Amino acid sequence: MIEALQYGFMRNALAAGILVSIACGIIGTYIVTNRIVFLSGGIAHAAYGGIGLGYFLGVSPTIGAIAFALVSAIGMGLVHRRTKERSDTIIGIMWAIGMALGIIFLDLSPGYKADLMSYLFGSILAVPTNDLLIMVVLNAIILTLVILFYRPLQAISFDETFATVVSVPVDRLYLMLIGMVALTVVMTMRIVGLIMVIALLTIPPAIAGLFVRDMKRMMLVSVILSILFTILGLWLSYSLNLTSGATIILVTGLAYLLSYAFKALRKHPA
Amino acid sequence: MTDTDLTAPPVIEISGVSASYNSHPVLEDINLTIHETDFIGLIGPNGGGKTTLLKVILGLLKPTRGSVRIMGKTVEDGRCSVGYVPQVVEMDREFPIRVWEVVQMGLLGCRKPFQRISATERDVIRHALTQVDMLEMEQRSIGELSVGQRQRVYIARALATSPSILLLDEPTASVDPQIAASVYDMLAQLNQTVTIIMVSHDMNAVSAYVKTIGCLNRTLHYHGTKEITEEMAQTMYECPVDLIAHGLPHRVLSPHVHAHSHDHNGGHTHD
Repeated sequence: MIEALQYGFMRNALAAGILVSIACGIIGTYIVTNRIVFLSGGIAHAAYGGIGLGYFLGVSPTIGAIAFALVSAIGMGLVHRRTKERSDTIIGIMWAIGMALGIIFLDLSPGYKADLMSYLFGSILAVPTNDLLIMVVLNAIILTLVILFYRPLQAISFDETFATVVSVPVDRLYLMLIGMVALTVVMTMRIVGLIMVIALLTIPPAIAGLFVRDMKRMMLVSVILSILFTILGLWLSYSLNLTSGATIILVTGLAYLLSYAFKALRKHPA
Repeated sequence: MTDTDLTAPPVIEISGVSASYNSHPVLEDINLTIHETDFIGLIGPNGGGKTTLLKVILGLLKPTRGSVRIMGKTVEDGRCSVGYVPQVVEMDREFPIRVWEVVQMGLLGCRKPFQRISATERDVIRHALTQVDMLEMEQRSIGELSVGQRQRVYIARALATSPSILLLDEPTASVDPQIAASVYDMLAQLNQTVTIIMVSHDMNAVSAYVKTIGCLNRTLHYHGTKEITEEMAQTMYECPVDLIAHGLPHRVLSPHVHAHSHDHNGGHTHD
C-alpha cells in the first residue's frame, strides 16, 4: 500500500475515500435512523439522469448529477411527506424515470462516453483533483449544516409530531436533510458507483447502531468504519487486481455480517 | 376533589369543530371550553375521535369546520403553552437518543435556532427530570428504558416546555398499576397550576383523579361535571360498556345505566 502511494491516482483515491467516508458516516446515520434507505437509493439512481444531461449539454457530469440529485431529492422528499400511502411506489417510479432519462440523454449525445461505467460501478482510482475539491466543498456544507441544526434534526428524526407541536419547522428541515442526502449520494457515487451507493451509506451506521446508542457516537463510529472499509477494500483491490468499488462493498458487507454474528453471540452465548 | 371552577379564565376554546380523515367524518360540531386548572378526562370508544381531537387542538390536523383558540391565540401561536405527551410506541426503542436529549426537545420550539442551551435551561431540564423521578437516568439511551420509564421521560419533555396546559394521550396505556398511580399522583399535583386534558381508557384513574369527564364518540358530551349522565350513556352506548368493563366505581354512573349494563364485561379493545 505504501509503495502504491507514490502514484498520484492512489493518493487521490485515498483522499476521496476519506472525504466520502466523512459525509457517508454522518448522513448515513440519518438515513438509517429515519428509515429513508429506499428514498436514498431512489435519489442515487435518479441522479443518473443528471449525468446524461451533463454529457448532453457538454457540462461536467458531476455538476449535472448534483443538480439532478437535488431536484429529485426535493421531489421525492415532498412525495414522502405529503402522500401518506404508498409513497414508496411513487419514489420507485421517479427512480426509474431518472435512470431512463440519463440513458436517453446519453444516446442523444455525440462522442465516446469513456467513463460512463465509472458512474454505475464507481472508480475510486480515477478521481480527478477537481472532484476532490468538489468533495471538500460538499463536506464543508454538510458538516456546517449538521453542526448548526444538530438538535432540531435529531428532534424531527426521533419524534416528528412533537417537533411540530413545539413549532420546529419540520418540513423545511426535512427537505434540507434530503438535500444533504443527495449531495452525499453524488459524492459516494464516485467511489462505489450509484448502484452500490446505498451499501456504503447504510452499512457503517448499521454496524455502529449495533453497539452504540448515541447519535453523535454513531456518526463518529460510522465515519471511522467507513474510512477503514474503504482503505481495506482499496488495498485488497490493488493487491488482488479486483474492481475497487465492488471490493469495498464486499469488505463492508462482510464486516456487517461479522458484527451481527458477534453481537448475537454476545447476547446469547452458546 | 371539586368540580372545575367555571369562573376561571378559559385556556382552550373549541367552537363548532368538525374534522375528517379522507372525507370520513371523525368529529362533528365539537364545542368545548376548558378553564384554567381543569383536569378533564376524555373517554370514548376506539375510533370515537379522542386522539383526533388532540391532533386538532395541537394543529396537527386542520378541522374542516370551526375553530380552536389556545390562550386566546391561534393554534400555531398558542401551542407554545401546551405540553404534549404522546403514547409510547415500540419503534422509539431503536433510536439512538439519550434521556437528557429527549427532554431537551421540549426547549427546542418557540425559540430561535442555533442558541446554545443556557444554564437556566439546563435547570429546567433537570427540574423536569426530577419531577418524574428520572434524573439518575439522564444519560441512559431511550432503548434501555422500560415502557413506564419512557412514559415518564415524555412527561418530563412536556414539562420542560413550561406548559400552562398538558395534553396527554393514554398516559398509562402500557404501564403497570403502581407506575400508573404514581403518574396520576404527579398529574394531580401539577394540576394545582396546570390545566390537564387526558385521553384515557383507564376508567379507575379517570374517576379518581379528573375533575370533569367528556365522552367522545364523534360528538362530544360534556357538562363540566364528573358525572356520566344518562343522556351520555344512552346516546353513546359504547362509553358505558367501556366503563363497566374497567370496573368503574358505581357512584360515577347514573342509577339507570349500571342496572342494565352490569352484564357487559370485556368487548373493549385497546388501540
